[in-house]
Amino acid sequence: MQVTRTRLKLENITKHYPGIIANDSVNMSVLPGEIHALLGENGAGKSTLVKFIYGVHGADSGRMFWEDKEIQISNPSEARKTGIGMVFQHFSLFDALTVEENIAIGISQELATGGLSDKIIQVSNQYGLPLDPSRYVYTLSVGERQRIEVVRCLLQNPRLLIMDEPTSVLTPQEVEELFKTLRRLSDEGISILYISHKLQEIKDLCHKATIMRNGKVVSECNPDDETTRSMAEMMMGKDFISPERRENKSFGSTKLSLRNINRVSHHQHGVDLANIDLDIKTGEVVGIAGIAGNGQTELLEVLSGEVPVGDEGIILLGDREVTNLNTNDRRKVGMAFVPEERLGHGAVPNMSLWENTVLSAAYSMDLVIRGFVSKVSSIAFCKHVIKKFNVHTPGPNTFASALSGGNLQKFIFGREILQNPKVLIVLQPTWGVDAGSAARIRQSLIDLTENEAAVLVISQDLEELLEISDRIAVIHEGKLSPAYPVNEITIEEIGLLMGGVKKSEFSIRGTDEN
Amino acid sequence: MLEWVLPAILTIITASTPLVFAAVGEVLVEKSGVLNLGIEGMMVVGAIAAFAVGVTFESATLAIISGAVAGAFLAFIFGLLTLNLLANQVATGLALTIFGLGLSSLIGHSYVGKTFPGLPKLEITLLTDIPFLGPIIFGQDILVYLSILSVFGVSWFLYRTRWGLIVRAIGENHDAAYSIGYSVKFVRMIVILIGGALAGLGGSYLSLAYTPFWVENMTAGRGWIALALVVFASWKPGRALLGAYLFGGITIIQMHAQGFDVQIPAQVMSSLPYLATIFVLVLISRDSSRTLLNAPACLGKNFQPSS
Repeated sequence: MQVTRTRLKLENITKHYPGIIANDSVNMSVLPGEIHALLGENGAGKSTLVKFIYGVHGADSGRMFWEDKEIQISNPSEARKTGIGMVFQHFSLFDALTVEENIAIGISQELATGGLSDKIIQVSNQYGLPLDPSRYVYTLSVGERQRIEVVRCLLQNPRLLIMDEPTSVLTPQEVEELFKTLRRLSDEGISILYISHKLQEIKDLCHKATIMRNGKVVSECNPDDETTRSMAEMMMGKDFISPERRENKSFGSTKLSLRNINRVSHHQHGVDLANIDLDIKTGEVVGIAGIAGNGQTELLEVLSGEVPVGDEGIILLGDREVTNLNTNDRRKVGMAFVPEERLGHGAVPNMSLWENTVLSAAYSMDLVIRGFVSKVSSIAFCKHVIKKFNVHTPGPNTFASALSGGNLQKFIFGREILQNPKVLIVLQPTWGVDAGSAARIRQSLIDLTENEAAVLVISQDLEELLEISDRIAVIHEGKLSPAYPVNEITIEEIGLLMGGVKKSEFSIRGTDEN
Repeated sequence: MLEWVLPAILTIITASTPLVFAAVGEVLVEKSGVLNLGIEGMMVVGAIAAFAVGVTFESATLAIISGAVAGAFLAFIFGLLTLNLLANQVATGLALTIFGLGLSSLIGHSYVGKTFPGLPKLEITLLTDIPFLGPIIFGQDILVYLSILSVFGVSWFLYRTRWGLIVRAIGENHDAAYSIGYSVKFVRMIVILIGGALAGLGGSYLSLAYTPFWVENMTAGRGWIALALVVFASWKPGRALLGAYLFGGITIIQMHAQGFDVQIPAQVMSSLPYLATIFVLVLISRDSSRTLLNAPACLGKNFQPSS
């Protein structure tokens, strides 16, 4: 008699946090060799669930079975001993340590002693994950960093591998490589629990999907039988509206020009900007693709006026030079910015939402009168933002830190967009934001261009850029490629540019803009 | 010439030893991401504890142990406040220094005027009698040897052991270390205690050997010098040893220069170690790339596990 044993089975897992139920009687099971997707919007309870499985925190009630035996896992090292490995969304790596040290620290002591570097090389070759054990992590690309995490897990011969949004920072080529590795692991009987927002990836890769909403499992499906749209609707519990763009847009005069921007990064292990030139016209969305850590942060800082432009660099807003204006003065002449880091950069965590609106909209919305903050108009504007952008929050007096990532991002976008900027510059607009909110944010960017604005989107999410951009440029090691019209460049070509291959080394169908 | 070089070197060793202890302890603590500005307080409490016990029980061993325990006790308060109650590390460290100075004055009040016979020196026939090198290498007291040993011990621990790797990892990225499954609080507490014990030993050396009697506020800013030494050494124990001897050397040379009637005001000479500290700090911060790799990224940040 053939018995199909489950690798992992969860029964009625419930976890409360003050005020919310993160997991509400969750049942699911994962078979050996299965690539099982865990899908859901932000705050649906996916991360809470996998952290429970990995022993980072406990649950209030419920039972967990490992290969048909009930088990309790109270910390990650027990999970690793059981055979559960996890690759975190925000890598648990240490920049100033070597690859070998990073791996040694995440595995058992017995494994870490005696020829670890040989074992690393062996495993990394076996699964097509090349790594040099002696290199320091800060010198590695995001893709290479992820390999460290994967190799660290594989060295312990896991039978269940949990991956939390593994592809959000990878180039298309790196994603393809990762999928090859994952399929191979699945063939060897290793189960994979795969968390992602990217529905197409789940269709390509996964055998089964469990969909969560508000802490509950709402359905299970076979991704092959579904469309990305139908899965998005199951996830959101309502109809999914994808962003619409006008076809045959006509653009006006040049709105924002960057000339010869050179800037030495002041960040630890940062990237220097080199000779960046770019023009954006009125009504245009220009996307800048690139792997994280290739100068995106530095570029935003120069544009927003947080760091001075290098010696010869010039930034023009229309005909007006704004090179030497500080952030506030740039806001006054019609520029707006949404940085990558929401809490701490885009918003002050321990300030209320209305206070946060004053910080960026003080002058453009007349929230400060004769040097005094007008609380009445600030709260009115804040309420307007909350209503217009569908921010889920009790009200303007809520602290920014109390909002979930996606909600806060909607709030920050609303705050900037409703000021009617002439130029909006955003970095990673939908990082970690669920499909529904992401679509609304993207739509609001497209809508903004209809009001005579120019939009610059710096993002690692290629699908997003292809969806909303009119032209796309690629940043690599601080250098910016020319911007190509979106219908004249393929995703593969962008991927090659992101990997540092020069355009002369492959043929592009279109011609250079410049 | 030689007749004053040997005593000079011997006094340099005694002037440097307290700095070695304190600096090496702080290197260890800062490598775990904790900035303890209370070195001065831990040293001075170590000094009075060692002196009081030494005078009362007439035992050097007991005195040394009490000095270390007292330093660790003060560090424990610091750990409790910063790790468990998430108090700001800078403010807590400063408070610890003020508290330590006050507490030591209070305890030390009845010990003013008493003397301690000093620590016994190592005597090995033949070896200690070797001219010049003999007294330097084989004629020191136990704390001097212990200070050198602590440098090698901390260095070996940090760079050769698994637990040292964990300490460095926690200092580099405490969130990641926590998600891998290490107890950030526990590791930091242990390290803070060891750092406190080392600072306490440094203080003990002051009151037991350097000037074997008790004076109020006898650390005289050595804790701050040790703190500067950590940056000077770019968080490397070996370099901290070097730095400690350099600063100890400057202190002694300026004293000798005064003796030789060098026409520089005594105040300028006494301020030399502090000026040198500032100078070195400026030099180091000018070239950021070299030091950043050694500087723990989480230095001074409190850890609060997120859900």
